[in-house]
Amino acid sequence: MDDMNQKFTSRTWPESPEKTTLEGKNKFLGFWLFLGGETVLFASLFATYLALKDSVPSSDHYLAADMFALPLVFIMTMLLLTSSLTSVYAMYHMKNHNYQKMQTWLLLTVLLGAAFLGFEIYEFYHYVHDYNHTFTSSAFGSAFYTLVGFHGAHVVVGLGWFILLLVRNAKRGLNLYNAPKFFVASLYWHFIDVVWVFIFTVVYLMGMVG
Amino acid sequence: MSTVAQKRGFLAVLWDYLTTVDHKKIAILYLISGGFFFLVGGLEAMFIRIQLAVPDNDFVSAGLYNELLTMHGTTMIFLAAMPLLFAFMNAVVPLQIGARDVAFPFLNSLGFWLFFFGGVFLNLSWFMGGAPDAGWTSYASLSIASPGHGIDFYVLGLQISGAGTLIAGINFLVTIINMRAPGMTYMRMPLFTWSTFVASALILFAFPPLTVGLFLMLFDRMFGANFFNVSMGGNTIIWEHLFWIFGHPEVYILILPAFGIFSDIISTFSKKRLFGYAAMVFATVLIGFLGFMVWAHHMFTTGLGPTANAIFAVATMAIAVPTGVKIFNWLLTMWGGSIRFTTPMLYAVAFIPSFVAGGVTGVMLASAAADYQYHDSYFVVAHFHYVIIGGVVLGLLAGTHFYWPKMFGTMLNETLGKVTFWLFLIGFHGTFFVQHFLGLMGMPRRIWKYLPGQGLDLFNMISTIGAFFMAIAVLVLLYNIVITQVKNVRVGNDPWGDGRTLEWAIPSPPPYYNFKQLPLVRGLDPLWIEKMEGRTEMTPAEPLGDIHMPNNSFIPFVMSLGLFIAAFGAMYQIDWRESGGEEFVWSLPVLIIGMLITLGSMAVRSLKDDHGYHIHKEELMDDTDKGGKE
Repeated sequence: MDDMNQKFTSRTWPESPEKTTLEGKNKFLGFWLFLGGETVLFASLFATYLALKDSVPSSDHYLAADMFALPLVFIMTMLLLTSSLTSVYAMYHMKNHNYQKMQTWLLLTVLLGAAFLGFEIYEFYHYVHDYNHTFTSSAFGSAFYTLVGFHGAHVVVGLGWFILLLVRNAKRGLNLYNAPKFFVASLYWHFIDVVWVFIFTVVYLMGMVG
Repeated sequence: MSTVAQKRGFLAVLWDYLTTVDHKKIAILYLISGGFFFLVGGLEAMFIRIQLAVPDNDFVSAGLYNELLTMHGTTMIFLAAMPLLFAFMNAVVPLQIGARDVAFPFLNSLGFWLFFFGGVFLNLSWFMGGAPDAGWTSYASLSIASPGHGIDFYVLGLQISGAGTLIAGINFLVTIINMRAPGMTYMRMPLFTWSTFVASALILFAFPPLTVGLFLMLFDRMFGANFFNVSMGGNTIIWEHLFWIFGHPEVYILILPAFGIFSDIISTFSKKRLFGYAAMVFATVLIGFLGFMVWAHHMFTTGLGPTANAIFAVATMAIAVPTGVKIFNWLLTMWGGSIRFTTPMLYAVAFIPSFVAGGVTGVMLASAAADYQYHDSYFVVAHFHYVIIGGVVLGLLAGTHFYWPKMFGTMLNETLGKVTFWLFLIGFHGTFFVQHFLGLMGMPRRIWKYLPGQGLDLFNMISTIGAFFMAIAVLVLLYNIVITQVKNVRVGNDPWGDGRTLEWAIPSPPPYYNFKQLPLVRGLDPLWIEKMEGRTEMTPAEPLGDIHMPNNSFIPFVMSLGLFIAAFGAMYQIDWRESGGEEFVWSLPVLIIGMLITLGSMAVRSLKDDHGYHIHKEELMDDTDKGGKE
């Protein structure tokens, strides 16, 4: 705790580096609590979406069942779920003090996340362009883009966070100062993934069956 | 410490406060800004009461009246009551658990500056085209239709300050869980720490629904969304639900810390251990839990149906049980105690019947069928002022007198304190007791004027006179504060003489590292235990060693300033788009620049290592003589 920049080897590296220092412990707990608040935030957005689903001003608007197509959403889901898995591998290597491998897996996580984001942008473009389903076209549109868009914004933040951490720590290896940072960033990424599972179920699967 | 501060220039002190991460200084910042907004909200209340003093009055216009009542409620809840509670939480909770600071000193500062800039933004509405005017609840149908930028100020200002509150809540939770001194188990924590803990948990889970509600309204008003636009498929009831899912826990966020302050005061000045400590803790947690189950009692007349109304009515009445447990425990703490009627104790004693009165009308309002009669009448106004003033504000005033010596090292004048107390108590009951009857006689709330000869004249006049008593009481308190600080008579560790908890074991104000050596806690009321064994100080739990301290930072200020700037851009881009891109061309750049400032300072925070610094053992030993005076 005295020297945050103390050099470690895989032998001296503690078992839970994210919780070894008091700062790390605080960060770890504080971030879990923050995710608790985020859960309520998304719960409120889901409730709003369910209340306004298919709520459109006139019958010439497209509804959820008309627009959503499972193949696209399936690819997106696979990309994001896989990115969660790769971040688990990254943390596995972080705990074993294998910095290069952690970097590699995190980079893969970022690439998968970016691919997801690309598909999501295409998806939104597709709805706007082909179905005239926009943020302002109906209450359904507002609720859909707000819920899925909030998730997308979380993905953007998560990607920015990972990239910033990777760049900042590119050359200096793991220590007890940055290990908790990598760890909470990956917690955040898992949370984003869990929210997507619910979006996949509530928005897309339930949308398909009407 | 403060003598050193006085020798430094004004700018140096200002810079110190702009960059401080010390919980004790942040407490003072919260106290000053919360106190300022309390005066603003009080002034708005006085305008309301002057307008209603006589029938058919023309003191303010109808539009201005709507703005006044909206800003009075919003200011008092978000910008006065909560920050003032945060002031005491910051000043006292780390000391009560034997910690050297909060878990996240940087975030503590960020939380304050977000609140501050949000509050300033909201109040700038007065000077920039009109304040919000849809009530503090800002129901969607009304607020969507409100012209001008008033509601935009409300939405953006609360969004910014709400983020600060959420951060503060997380910070206190982690502080209390992780930073307790050796021996300070959960069931040895003072009640104020316990109530801060539960209130922080409520903040964590209650503020996100408000955030979402505000976002929906922000999108509707500023970016053309249709959440509340019924003709586009929207539904205004969503706002009511989101607002009250936040709004009801919010009243417990306010009242629980006040309960905590009173518990500590009553036990201190009765010279007795708090009666039924475990039951008090359990009741606090239970109130916090039930607080999330009752939001629809604000919506009985919305038309949710008899089943929903019945469930929420029963849940609401259930809260009376743990609250009753607390009332009896306070009474039994005093029972047989050696009571000293100091100013804080007077407030505590007056609080009990006042709050019970508010609780009784609460149970009346909880009866859904009867609520159809009371709804939107002055009966409701009387009820919530009885719980908010009779509970929260009395708690804040009690806390101000009780903790003033710990925060500033001086003692507020007791005689003036008692004058404040009596004026305030008489004024409070004078203002609001009669409003019960005004409500039962049919006077609706939020009306601008009433006609003469309807039997409402006398009680309204009494109510206004009462309000003046409260205003004078606050002026006496301000005078008291000024003369106390001018006289600057320093006090020792335990100026009340009967301190039971850890904050009274260290100098007033405490050194910036709080505890030279972390104290060993051997039971509930740890200082009292030591006193009973003939010691004046705590037994240290560790040898004297280096202390790790966080660095000051200007980044929280800049981060919050960025959002403040961006909010103007977000607001005026409405006019920019409405004018077809002709006017307000600066709005979008301002929005982007503001966001860049915030995101940029977040990046700086992330990229720049901040390891803090150490106070070395030798310096601490030199400090020994400069510690507290006994």
